[in-house]
Order: sequence, then C-alpha cells, then structure tokens
Amino acid sequence: MNRIVIVGNGPAGHRLAELLRTRDPSCAVTVLGAEAEPAYNRVLLPSVIAGKLSPEQTYLTGHDSGTVTVRRGVSVTGIDRERRTVRTGDGRLHLYDQLVLATGARCFLPPLPGLTGAGGDPAEGVVALRTLADCRRLEERLDRAGGIVVLGGGVLGLEVARALNDRGHGVDVVHMGPHVMERQLDAPAGKTLAGVLERLGIRIHTGRAAASWTGSRLVLDDGTGLPADLVVVSAGVVPNTELARAAGLRVGRGIVVDDHMRTSDPRIHALGDCAEHAGQVSGLIAPAWEQAETLAEALTGGDRPYTTTRTVTRLKARGVDLAVIGDGNHDLPDAEVVTLADPARGQYARLALQDERIVGAILLGFPASVAAVSRLYDAGAPTPVDRLALLAGRAVAGRTDAPADLPGETVVCRCNNVTKTALVTGWRSGARTAEALARATRASTGCGSCAGAVDGICRWLNATREERDEAGDARSGDAGGAFAPAVNPQQPDPQPEPQQLKELLVR
Amino acid sequence: MTRTHCPYCALQCGTRLEVSPQGLTVSPDEDFPVNAGRLCLKGWTAARVLAAPDRLTSPLMRPRPGTAQRPVSWETALDHVGAELRRIVRAHGPDAVAVFGGGGLTNEKAYTLGKFARVALGTSQIDYNGRFCMSSAAAAGSAAFGLDRGLPFPVTDLASADVVLLAGANVAETMPPLMQHLAGADLIVVDPRRSATAERAALHLSPAPGTDLALALGLLHAAVVEGHLDHDYVAQRTSGFDEAWRRAAEWWPERTERVTGVPVADQFAAVRMLAAAKRSYVLTGRGAEQHSKGTDTVSAYINLALALGMPGREGSGYGCLTGQGNGQGGREHGQKADQLPGYRRITDPAARAHVAGVWGVDPGDLPGAGPSGYELLDSLGRPGGPRALLVFGSNPVVSAPAARGIAERLAALDLLVVADFVPSETVRTADVVLPVTQWAEEDGTMTNLEGRVLRRRRAIDPPPGVRSDLWVLRELAVRLGQPGERFPDDPGDVFAELRRASAGGLADYSGIEPEYLGSTMDAVDAAGPAGPAYWPYPAGGTPTPRLFLERFAHDDGRARFRAVGHRDAAELPDGTYPLHATTGRVLAQYQSGAQTRRVPESMEADGEAFVEVHPDTARRNGLTEGRLARVVSRRGATVARVRTVASLRTDTVFLPFHFPGAGRANLITNPALDPVSRMPEFKVCAVRLEPLGTGATTGSGEL
Repeated sequence: MNRIVIVGNGPAGHRLAELLRTRDPSCAVTVLGAEAEPAYNRVLLPSVIAGKLSPEQTYLTGHDSGTVTVRRGVSVTGIDRERRTVRTGDGRLHLYDQLVLATGARCFLPPLPGLTGAGGDPAEGVVALRTLADCRRLEERLDRAGGIVVLGGGVLGLEVARALNDRGHGVDVVHMGPHVMERQLDAPAGKTLAGVLERLGIRIHTGRAAASWTGSRLVLDDGTGLPADLVVVSAGVVPNTELARAAGLRVGRGIVVDDHMRTSDPRIHALGDCAEHAGQVSGLIAPAWEQAETLAEALTGGDRPYTTTRTVTRLKARGVDLAVIGDGNHDLPDAEVVTLADPARGQYARLALQDERIVGAILLGFPASVAAVSRLYDAGAPTPVDRLALLAGRAVAGRTDAPADLPGETVVCRCNNVTKTALVTGWRSGARTAEALARATRASTGCGSCAGAVDGICRWLNATREERDEAGDARSGDAGGAFAPAVNPQQPDPQPEPQQLKELLVR
Repeated sequence: MTRTHCPYCALQCGTRLEVSPQGLTVSPDEDFPVNAGRLCLKGWTAARVLAAPDRLTSPLMRPRPGTAQRPVSWETALDHVGAELRRIVRAHGPDAVAVFGGGGLTNEKAYTLGKFARVALGTSQIDYNGRFCMSSAAAAGSAAFGLDRGLPFPVTDLASADVVLLAGANVAETMPPLMQHLAGADLIVVDPRRSATAERAALHLSPAPGTDLALALGLLHAAVVEGHLDHDYVAQRTSGFDEAWRRAAEWWPERTERVTGVPVADQFAAVRMLAAAKRSYVLTGRGAEQHSKGTDTVSAYINLALALGMPGREGSGYGCLTGQGNGQGGREHGQKADQLPGYRRITDPAARAHVAGVWGVDPGDLPGAGPSGYELLDSLGRPGGPRALLVFGSNPVVSAPAARGIAERLAALDLLVVADFVPSETVRTADVVLPVTQWAEEDGTMTNLEGRVLRRRRAIDPPPGVRSDLWVLRELAVRLGQPGERFPDDPGDVFAELRRASAGGLADYSGIEPEYLGSTMDAVDAAGPAGPAYWPYPAGGTPTPRLFLERFAHDDGRARFRAVGHRDAAELPDGTYPLHATTGRVLAQYQSGAQTRRVPESMEADGEAFVEVHPDTARRNGLTEGRLARVVSRRGATVARVRTVASLRTDTVFLPFHFPGAGRANLITNPALDPVSRMPEFKVCAVRLEPLGTGATTGSGEL
C-alpha cells in the first residue's frame, strides 16, 4: 500500500486526492487541512462576496471512498524526513511513503500603522481576503460599513471592489503601481479599465500608497484621507513555505519543484500556490489543477511532465469584460501587433502574433471575441486572416442573398430545394398566388420560414406583369424575364424592390 | 385516398396517398397536428422509393462464397437460411447467431424481431441501430425521470413556448415541419456550426466539438449564480441537486468560455432568457448525444432544466428529439440488447416472467442481456463471436462508426442475411437477401417522438415476389422448429400480442383497443374515444399526452439530478490530426441514404459527399472550393467535395454521413463508446485534410 499524505485541503490538494481516489485504489491518501471547513473553490469567493453564492455552495465534491481520509482543522507543525512522518498540532504523527505539500499561500499584509493588530493579524475592520472565513468576516461588517477601501488594484482587488460596488457600497481602490493590473496590462489598457470602473462608481487612486488607517479614514502617502470603515487588503500573496524550509527543502519564492512536481527530496512533492516551477509561482487555479494531473500520474507510476500552463486571466466583474491572454504586456521584436482603442467606450484590444499565431492579447470590452482568441491561443492555431472580424467576435456568416440581382439558382425554399428560377417557372405556368406557388413548387411547405420570401417574389412578379400590361406589352405572363433567355431586349429586366427582398430572405 | 404517415423521421408527418395510373402521390395531411399540412422534400418524394428502379423483388443468394448474388425462390432462400442457422446453432450455440434491427421498423416488426431472437434463436445477441441514435438520451431520461419518452408532451405544446433551447439539434434541416411549432419562440441554438437552425436563433452558442458537456455545466453554474434556481421546485420535486451543483460549481463562466469557446456574456444571456420565459423548453438532439459522454451531456441539460423548474409543468419541460421514424417504438418493444417489450429490463425476473408468459415459454429459457450495437458488430466473425447475422431495416456498412472495420467483420461471417427493399450497401455484401415490403405497402403501428402511437396503412400492393418482414420471421421460425402460430404474420394479431406483452410495463400499450387502429380513412392515427394514443395507455385507462405533471416515474415521485463532470472527447486534435471533424445530416437525405439516394430530387439537392471547411482552413490546406479533398483520421480516410463556409469554426470540418463508398463519413469516425449508453462518438474525432487531384471521385454520387 502506498501511503500518501497531502498537506493542505485547498483546490490543489483536493483535486489531487480526487484523482488518486479514482485512479488508484491502492493509494491510502490522508489529507490534512488547516481550515475546519470542507474543501471549497477559491475561484468562487468573489461570487460569495457579491452575494450570489452561499459559502456552502463553493464546497467541492466530497471524497466518498474509503481510500481517502480528510482531517480538517488540523495544522501540520513539522516534517521528519528520515522517519517519513509529519506531525500535526494535535500531537499525532502521520507516516508517509509520499508526501505532498499543497500548503497554498496567504495574503500579504502591508506593515502600516493601524492595519495590523497584536500578533500581526489584521486589525478589527481589516480583511485580507483569502478564505471563506475571511468572506464571512467581511460579510459581518458590511452592514455597518460606510466607505470601503480596497488596497491593491490587481485582479482580485478589482473583482472584490466591483462585487462590493455592485452591492451598493462606496468603494475606493488604492494602487501603488502606475495603473491598475500593471502585471497583466499595458498602460493604455490599464487606463481604459480604470475609466470603465470609475464609470461604474469605483474611485481609483493609482500611484499612491496607503500610509495609515485610523479606524474610519485611510490616509494616503500624499495626505489625502478616504472614508473607510472597512479596509480590504488585496496586496498580493506569499507562498506558505515555512514547513518546507524548516524541513530543509529547497525554497525560492516558493517550494522549488521539477517537471514532475518533485521537491529536492524525491519523496516530497509540492503543487499549487506554494510551488515554484521553472522560476514561476503561478497563483492561479488552472496551473494548480494541471499540476495535480502531473502529480497524480507521477504518484501512480505514470509520467506526464508539467510544462508551463498557457494562462488566460479573466476579470470576474459584472459589466466589465476583460481578458488577458498569455502575456498581454509582451513586446516581442518581430511580433505583428494589432491594436484597436476606443477609450471613451471602454474598449481596448491588443493582439500580438508571431508566425500567424497569437502569443499575447488584451481584450477589454470585446466580450464576443475572448473565447475565439483564447482558443486559438490554447491550440496554437493560426489566426484567421481577417483580424478585425476576429475581434468583432463573430465570424461573418456567408450569406449570399444579394438583393438586387438574386441569382436564379438561389434556393429560396431549402426544405424542398426550390430555386428562384423554379418559382418563376411556376408563376409562368399560372401559379399567381403564394398558395398556388406552394402547390406548384412545394416551396414553403416544409418549415414554412420562406413563406415571406415566396410571397414577396410572387407579388414582385405580379407587379411586374401589371407594369408590362400597362406598358402595352402583349406578352403577359412573361414577367421574370431576367431568368429566361427569350426576353424582349427593349424591355428592362424586372428587378425586385431590393431592400424588401433582402429582408424577406434574411428572415 | 389513404391516410398514413411519412416513412422517414420521428415526426411521422401525416400524409394522404392517392393512387392513380401514374403511380402513387403523396401530399401532407392538414388534419394531423404534428405537421399540419407541412412536408419536406423527403416526404413529398417518398413514393419514389416504392418504384425505385433497382427495387428488390426476388430473394438473392450467392451459390458459393465470392460469387455474385443470384435470384432464387423464397423456398430456396428460406430453406438455406434455416439450415445454416440450425447448423451454426448446433455447432456453436445460440449466441453464434446475431440479429441487428432498426429504428424504422414498425412496432410489430420490432416486437417480433426481439421475440424471434429470444425464442426461435435463443440468442442474447440482438441490438439495433437506435443504439447509434437514441441511446444516450434514453439512458439520461430514464435516470432523471424514471421513464424515457422522447417528448413527454405533445409536440404542439411547443407552439406556445417563449424560449426553446435546442442542444445539438438542427431541426430546420432534419425535421422542417417541426419549425412551425417553434416559430413563436426565441430559439437558443447550441451547435458548433452556424446551421440552418442556428441562422434562425435569437442566440447561437457555438461550442467546440466535444465540449457540449462543459457548456451545459457552465449554464447550470450561470443559472445558479444569477439567482435563477427554482428553490421550491428543487426542494419539492427533485433530489440530488447538491451533488450535481458541486460538479457544476467547477464550471464558472470564464472557465467554461475557455474550454468551450462560448462567450461568458452569451452564457448569461442564455440562462436569463430561459429563466425569464414563462414557458420554456430544453430539447436535445444527436449533436449533444452522439458522444462518448453523450449520456452525461444529456443529464447535464436535464439538470439545467430541473434547476429552472421546467420538467413536469404544463407549458415547459425537457425533451429529446427522436431521430428515426420509429426510434421511439423501436426502443420499447424488445429489439434492444437489454430490453423486453413494454420498455422492460431483460434482467428483471418479474419482467421475464411476464413476457415469457405471453410468449408461452419458460422464463428460464430466455437469454440475458447481450452486447450493444457497435460491440455486437465488432465481435462478428471473431473467435467466440457470432458466425451469422440477420439484418432487418439497417445499413451498418454506411451508418456504423469506423465503417471499414465493420465491413471487414461482416465479411468474416459464415452467413449474412439482410432483409430490405432496396439493394443497400449492406445488402450487397449479404449471402442471402430477402426482399420485403415498405411503408405504403404494409399495415402496422409506429410511435412518434411524442410517444403517440400512429397507424401506418397499406395503400398499394407490394411488387410480386416481395413479402412482409413478419412473414419472413414466421417462415424462419418454423424452419427453426417453432410452431407457426407463435409467430403471427398479421400485424393486427401481433399488435394484440404486443399490447399484452407491454401491459404493466413503462411503455404500456394495453389500453389501445384494436378498433382504434381500424382501417377507417377518417382516423388519422390510433385515436380512441379518449383522444390520441399517447403511452402509457393502460387497459381500462386513458392515454397520457403529458407525463410527470403530478409526479415523476421514480418510486419516490421525484426527478433525479445526476452529478456529472466534463471530460475531453476520446480523441483530441494534435499535430498530425489538427482539426475536429463532426458528422451530421442534410435536409434532402435520410440516414444511410439507402432510400433517399434513390430519389432524383434528393440527389439534385445534395447528391454527393462533401466536407464543409472554413475558407482560411481550406487555403492553409491547399483546398479549393468545389474540388475534392481527403479527410484522414486514425481509422481511415474519406473523400469529399470541398465547400467553404465562412461561418464555420476554423478548427472544425463537417461531413454528412449519408453517402456510400469512398465518400462514407463513417470511415473516419471514432467508435469510442459512452460507458452508460454504449453510443459511439459520431460527433467528434481528429482529422487532417489533404487535397486530391482531379482524377479522384467520391464514389458517392452513384448508387
């Protein structure tokens, strides 16, 4: 039996346990989670803050098999690599054959006067958002909160700001960088995004640091005071590497792992927000889940090396449509760059292509094109030649219903494969009403959607005939001559009323 | 004038047949509410097949293997088949003979075929082409509601809908007369292609092939997050929401967008439309179902409908758009590997006892459940597999996945017997061919997509030399030592027996009195005094036009959410096969094309294998509009004429599967099976494109 101990019951640890449970019943898996709560999906926390999901609705699927044991509310205090045991806060020892560190990360709390209480924890009225418990703390204080300040204009900070603003709270965002989300966005995109958020009622203060908090006012480094009964800190996260460090494992920004998520001890592995792979600590759920796949394979005898995940960052904020695909900022010397900017309407797009393939993109205010662009990026597939159509988000449907000169071979009734020529022929044979044309040609007897078009063609043919009758043309019934070779060259070909026929066919 | 129903799809449009010296003419029946006077090209021209120039009118046999088929007498053909079957059963046991049926057979034929297999042959090896069609929806519907009837409401109910979501259903091409009932609704169409139906949609969601399940999960997620969950309904009428939600919770809109390619805004728009509508429906078709995860995909759509409180309420609900003419009845009366008549499970001792009682045999003598359609075909002629196969109403050489392998399996048999009315591609490979009657030449019943039992009426005599399937089965049964009276060849007698066999089952027909099926011309279907015969219709009871209004069919009366998660298609594009291929239908052709390829009007509309390709993709692969291309997968290659379609996804090509020979789309499809329904993955596989020279041919424009 393979005894696997997973430290951490977050999304990464949970996914790994789930994969091991379904792939290899010979693994005895123990998950040690510090939180008392069942595993939940951190991605959904902004929806909890926005009041759209209950905390319980973020719980992940329970492991319903005997091969996985989850111990909650248990913190790990140390690793003994020689005895291959981990010790938990309740004094118990857990033997392992393979140990997995999925310890995640915690919020960075800037050392500001007023922000931290005794012991370095957030002060009363300060919430550093990371856990469901943090969400509950925030919820408890929201009723009493007048002004709210969000420290940090990164992805999570902006999502939280928008969620609170959407619930009717006044929100200020304080951000030290030159523009919001500067890790993902270039300056024009950042400025356009700030404009979008400000139009929604969120005040953005960039290039400013917080200096102190009084309990009701947040003072900036230029002396400005912002009303703030509540401060939400979203100033980045710090990987939880203490256990690994104390056990003598190699640690950089995170716990250093190889392509199989192995640390410097071959029996110990790490994944998710605490792990550093190829110099990167990702902090996103998609790489964590991919790493879980790699590690599940490795722990059950397989081999599926992890390579850096192609990332697509989406801002989950109602009314704001932003996606950063790959590295939005990337300036490659030989890249083809397509940009489109309409800051007044909150739109900015930037596509960077190499060899016809997307290497990076920023799409703000292009909700219909994100999916297509990110799929092209994920697949490494060539980009359609018409880049603007791609940005417009909808491939242009190849309609051929040219109104004025609708060709005779155009199929008007698909259900019965009736062409315009066939309708004209039917009309000439005496079918002078839509009903008669339907009987003669079967047009409009299937789904019926071309009934308007058949009627329009019929009325057009009848009208043409009347005109000719008035003009004294003896060959009544020969209307629609555009479609017959034997037409009087003196007579102009009858043409349908262009706009009308087009509309009929589009319908 | 004779009133009957169209021989093709599951709508079973009402038609009126007039016999004149020029032959038989078809016109739509205005009084039958399903089509209300409408008919598509296939229906209008259905009489052409009756008079097909190459109509089979005599039994055919090969004197020796490898020689050409030659006309023989019925006596000779039947004696030969009887003797061979006896020999094979004696030498190898009853499971050495297999039977493959079809979803176009009447209820009486399907019932008799199942009985023939279980009683006369004693084989468990029977399945039918509905496995390639309805099985995923049937499995998901049964799991959710305790009963599977395509539409649990009359099709005309759709006419008052405000919003209808069509998942993988191109109704405008496959069931045109149905569109009149959808004319008043805003349509949400889920289809990777901008199909004729998608063109009419208020909202078109275009997921990458193989990601329908992720999209359905994402829609449930969006519905919950947006506050559209119908809490009271979920609490009072369902069970299992929490577990289903935990799976859907993993599919937040942005992740769903990345996997499926459907914009976040469109996901929200879809659930808002459904939730805001007073009367709304979710309907699935083959596009959602023909996957190695088709059952789960349908379950995910049912979960969405349940979360919004739709099923079991008049004016809204979930339904599956059944495909083949008798796709509904065909799956209820015992030609499916695991079923007995009345939608009974063959593994259920009570079901076995009941049916054995009707058949006058010992329940212990009935075989158990056999393998599913593709697995059955794939085992033919292999060690331990069947040595003989009887085919009724199917053309698997064209319609089964990985078709090249299926043709090899058929060739490996000791005996292949095919009953059909035209020389289909499967007929041409047969050792013995038995010419049988078709629609306007026979009496019987069909059950359409709404579970409504309809009357098929004989208008003309079959050509001399042609016999009914029921007669063929009786003659073979007698040669296998059965008493002739156990296998009646009068459809009325068979229906009477079917009623008794179905009594007490889920699909209970016992209340449908024979006089409702009378030959009177004014009765448009099997309507009795209590109205049209929607099953369940128990003896002494009434028909059931709308199911589930009071309770669902599970013991606790509740509908069940099924906790399902997304997984990738069995085959994903890679460097060697970089594109998705998806297969489907065109308006003018029907299924394997054996019938409609004999209709000049259909051939004029769409007479040759083609592949739809985005213009960019065509250019990158050196393809030109109107020229031929080879579409290559790991299983084979097919030849098709290139049609560039600007609205298509650049990563996807589409091929219709109606065409024979080198143009068979099923040469490339993937026989990866759904673990529950055993449905093959017709709707997605990985391919590459290669240009072909001018000398090449699809071979599919010929008969």
